[in-house]
Amino acid sequence: MSIAIEVTNLRREFAIGAGLFAPPRRVIAVDDVSFSVPTGSVLGIVGESGCGKSTLARLILGLLRPTSGGAVVDGKRLADLDRKARAQLIQPVFQDPFASLNPRRRINDIVALPLVAQGTFSRREIERRVARILERVGLAPEMGERMPAQLSGGQRQRVAIARALVLEPRIVICDEPTSALDVSVQAQILNLLGDLRRDLKLTYLFISHNLAVVEHLASEVAVMYLGRIVERSETDALFRNPRHPYTRALLDSVLTPEPGRGVPDVGLGDTMPDPANIPPGCRFHPRCRIAVERCRTEPPVAMVRQGGGMVECHLA
Amino acid sequence: MSALLEIDDLAVSFSGRTAAVRGISLQVEKGETHCLVGESGCGKSVTALAVMGLLARGAHRSATRMSFAGQDLLSLSDRGMAHLRGNRMSMIFQEPMTSLNPAFTVGSQMAEVMTRHRRVSRAAALERAVELMGRVGITAPGMRLGQFPHQLSGGLRQRVMIAMALMCDPQLLVADEPTTALDVTVQAQILRLLASLKREFGLAILLITHDLGIVARVADRVSVMYAGEVVERAPTAELFRSPQHPYTRGLLSCVPVPGKIQRDRPLGSIPGVVPTIAPGFAGCAFRSRCAYADASCEYEIPRRSAGAAHDYLCRLAPREVAALQPA
Repeated sequence: MSIAIEVTNLRREFAIGAGLFAPPRRVIAVDDVSFSVPTGSVLGIVGESGCGKSTLARLILGLLRPTSGGAVVDGKRLADLDRKARAQLIQPVFQDPFASLNPRRRINDIVALPLVAQGTFSRREIERRVARILERVGLAPEMGERMPAQLSGGQRQRVAIARALVLEPRIVICDEPTSALDVSVQAQILNLLGDLRRDLKLTYLFISHNLAVVEHLASEVAVMYLGRIVERSETDALFRNPRHPYTRALLDSVLTPEPGRGVPDVGLGDTMPDPANIPPGCRFHPRCRIAVERCRTEPPVAMVRQGGGMVECHLA
Repeated sequence: MSALLEIDDLAVSFSGRTAAVRGISLQVEKGETHCLVGESGCGKSVTALAVMGLLARGAHRSATRMSFAGQDLLSLSDRGMAHLRGNRMSMIFQEPMTSLNPAFTVGSQMAEVMTRHRRVSRAAALERAVELMGRVGITAPGMRLGQFPHQLSGGLRQRVMIAMALMCDPQLLVADEPTTALDVTVQAQILRLLASLKREFGLAILLITHDLGIVARVADRVSVMYAGEVVERAPTAELFRSPQHPYTRGLLSCVPVPGKIQRDRPLGSIPGVVPTIAPGFAGCAFRSRCAYADASCEYEIPRRSAGAAHDYLCRLAPREVAALQPA
């Protein structure tokens, strides 16, 4: 089985200004993250806002440089690839199809841009490929003549997917691709992404805060907390038998449409995690229900998880 | 006994071209959570704004009845309405960053709500603000008074909004997608908070959401909206047990349920989008997306009863719905 994405000890820091005269603070957005994704599979990444999941996506897309560590994509070191080579291999679909499409360009031009930027395709070839991919994502040919403002949210996200796939990449990074959409449209887009993966043998990194969506699509799931992956496992095992207390809290907070069950107390308390101020010991301990003294002082190391994968918890 | 909020045949249109709300009726009882659910563009938020008297200029509102706690809202002046808002009825919005004033501290915004409606000193109002912030789970409330909205996290801002809405002990809280911009973990905390306020203060909540998971967990009764109409309404358990309208059934089939997911099997979905309805439209607005539509759907649709307090708008009678494939 070949590996599509291999990430080793990836780390990214940011310096943020705390105030006009205060010294800048250091934020570790991604902290020593390692994983690999087999070709043709889907790795789901879940976590709250500020956990570093979007920074991770930008690092793997090559939009940000890592502070240390690196990624190998389809057998090539990401740092060795130039923009054009990267674009042929790996493409993004972002959350907000209202912000990610140029409002002044026609759909045909938006989808053609990755081909044009390569500089090696004839005009006929570009037109042919754009028409083919628009049809593949379920957009009528006349949509190509429209402007983004004339399209619904679901249609725009189809355009974003067409643009990502027009260069026939091997890997697609989906960063919350359905969060801005209605549930009925979300289902259409998830079904489309599933079909495309099967038919085109794509590999996805699928980032979402919606665990149900991740469960539907992902073969493996990684849970991020304050920059680290705290648990990773095959999807069914993770959902059936979560080992990390944070994974359990995330699963508990999903409101399934089952009347009469009320809203659960997920027991995370009121303190929100601050990436500029990471607690000593286990970084989750201030919000953890079952934390013991050891959790306050000693950072846990990754252990092989019961049922496969890994978990970072003293008590798992 | 009459309901706290009673609305009959409410219609809202914009510049005579778009009919956003088309003759809906709604009752919210004291101490009840009533959910309005539907896709974007179906008229949920416009309904809420119409209730609060906050529609933009150019919107035309009409109704045969709109009453709140026995008071007729239709004949009330703008000043009378302003006296109710933030006082007996208050509203919280989806994005707390855009609904709090960035130029004023949390304390001064909260105090203003109370000094505007009650004869109280600013000091007394601030005291009340601290008490309520503690009540909604804000740590170190005294310190928060001097902070500006941008210094708070999204979850804290939404708690401030809720505390502010409660300053004058309202009977009705209108909440428009109050947790959509928040993380799932924070969402659970905010919804638990709303449920406890309802229990303790007998607060009635009109909750607008597109999330059927939220509806199932917090609502007492549900009105499903589509293209400006309430197409189905029922007590919550009943709606989830036996949904009748094809739109309700479609919405329910779209929701991926954790633990019950069969991967490699497509989710249910509803093709197309909510249409924009022009005035004078006749028949069922869902017919262009409905698998069961026929020629009769272009004419007036009967409102059918499917049990006590459960009715829906469709050509199909309950026994015909029962004969369909499960949604």
